[in-house]
Amino acid sequence: MIGTMVEYSPMNPRPAILMLPDETAKFRVRDLGVAYGGTPALRHVTINLPDRQITALIGPSGCGKSTFLRCLNRMNDLILTARIAGKVLLDEQEILGNQIDPVELRKRVGMVFQRPNPFPMSVYDNIAYGPRRHGIRARGTLDQLVEQALVQAALWDEVKDKLRQSALDLSGGQQQRLCIARCLAVQPEVILMDEPSSALDPISTFKIEELLLELKAQYTIVIVTHNMYQASRVADYTGFFLTGDLIEFGPTVEIFERPVDQRTDDYVRGRFG
Amino acid sequence: MEDGHQETAPTTRIAVRLPGRSPRARATERVIQGFLTLTLLSVIIPVLLIIFFLATKGAPALNWAFITQDPAMRMTAGGIRPAILGTLYLVTLTTLLAVPIGVMAAVYLTEYARQNALTRAIRLAIINLAGVPSVVYGLFGLGLFVYFMNFGTSLLAGACTMAVLVLPLIITASEEALLTVPAAFREASLALGVSKWQTIWRVVLPTAMPGILTGIILAVARAAGETAPLLFTCVAFYLFSPHEAFSWLHVPAQVHDALFNQIMALPYHLYTISTQVPKAPDTVKWGTALVLLILVLGMNLIAILLRSYLRRARRW
Repeated sequence: MIGTMVEYSPMNPRPAILMLPDETAKFRVRDLGVAYGGTPALRHVTINLPDRQITALIGPSGCGKSTFLRCLNRMNDLILTARIAGKVLLDEQEILGNQIDPVELRKRVGMVFQRPNPFPMSVYDNIAYGPRRHGIRARGTLDQLVEQALVQAALWDEVKDKLRQSALDLSGGQQQRLCIARCLAVQPEVILMDEPSSALDPISTFKIEELLLELKAQYTIVIVTHNMYQASRVADYTGFFLTGDLIEFGPTVEIFERPVDQRTDDYVRGRFG
Repeated sequence: MEDGHQETAPTTRIAVRLPGRSPRARATERVIQGFLTLTLLSVIIPVLLIIFFLATKGAPALNWAFITQDPAMRMTAGGIRPAILGTLYLVTLTTLLAVPIGVMAAVYLTEYARQNALTRAIRLAIINLAGVPSVVYGLFGLGLFVYFMNFGTSLLAGACTMAVLVLPLIITASEEALLTVPAAFREASLALGVSKWQTIWRVVLPTAMPGILTGIILAVARAAGETAPLLFTCVAFYLFSPHEAFSWLHVPAQVHDALFNQIMALPYHLYTISTQVPKAPDTVKWGTALVLLILVLGMNLIAILLRSYLRRARRW
């Protein structure tokens, strides 16, 4: 993990918002602001999100963490009243402007949603949906991609005999792993997760968390969560948002055990939110 | 609780005994239920009566000759083959014209158009279009398709007119169906880097298909049953079916002829034999009506079966 080498002390206090070196960042976010129909939802966020690490975003409802997440794959474009200012660089490329096609961007930056949302199709067709839309037609290639994605999402053993059955017959936890597999089948570089286990039972949640720890070897993962234990279990870095501001960002252990901002301290100790 | 806004706890609690359900309330419940059952029966009974009358009076006329032969002896005998074929052609062509346009219009209105004064005006126009009397469509079709577009009095002009008439049905039903597709499906597809049109084509439309089919069912039934829009645009009093030997070589010319010639249609045929042919036997009239009913119910049945199949295959 980057940044753990540094020993913080009273003489060398940790900054509230740690600026990771640009070279290690997948996303470089500069002065990002979002307003919905004139109401600000996010203000002046500047942050580097580390490559192939898990970053958790925490904060009470309406703090802007989901808004932030949806800037990273331009899903905010779908909300007509959204106005976005600032810069977001994915590797070296600016992704908020017109130079980039949001449809192409979303191939590189996948997303998993709060509620499992499989299509009303078979398990196989759900996973093959992305590759097919991107022009892969060869049966053998599709079969391989589907199996690979399901194996990666730790779902293969459970569904390999029911690939032709409706995805809606799976349990909630299986459906969510199916959605992760569907996202992986497009072979993205980044996976954004918007409270991926908030609609799931503890065992399914545990499986998803284990999965995240395996996936981070290959993917940059940014996860929004209401569950602080989840953040502390899986995330390398954690950012705390409050009413549209990024209050604190740093290594997860530091955020949970030695927060420098009083508001972060109150939140992680469960005093509000 | 916010600081500085502490409420004092009430010192006494009041206890309320909620009264039990009175006999009167129970009676009201029964009366309402009875009334609602009655309303339901008042809807079902006329339908059953119509089917019953048509079946008993028309059945004697039904036989193979009746549906495969041309009318004979000044429409007082023989069959109704040209009218059956005419209605089938008309309904098919109307559906082919109206469904793509109607569904695409609904897609535009729900998925692409911004919700503003213009789209509200368009919606209002569509609803009003559904309320226009069908004979007005007939005159409109005469002006636009028969004369201005020079289709002449023909199957094509009739089908175009009928397509305009059923468009509002298809658009409204398709819009409703598209709006019920969960936003989560659209988001999931877009988040995979799939374009908007691909998302609509591959996820939204298939999911909305059962609802769209409901609109098509209504449209088909309407197109099969309407007479007024056809009066000036496409029907003929009497035509005999061509009896040429079939050859693929003749297909293009035959299609052209079929499109630009007049047709007979069941509802109009029923009208003519009932009012213009004094000696037409009643069994022929009832038989014609029964065939029309069977045709419409049959087409509806196919659509309903298809819909329930799709619902089962793609439920969520």
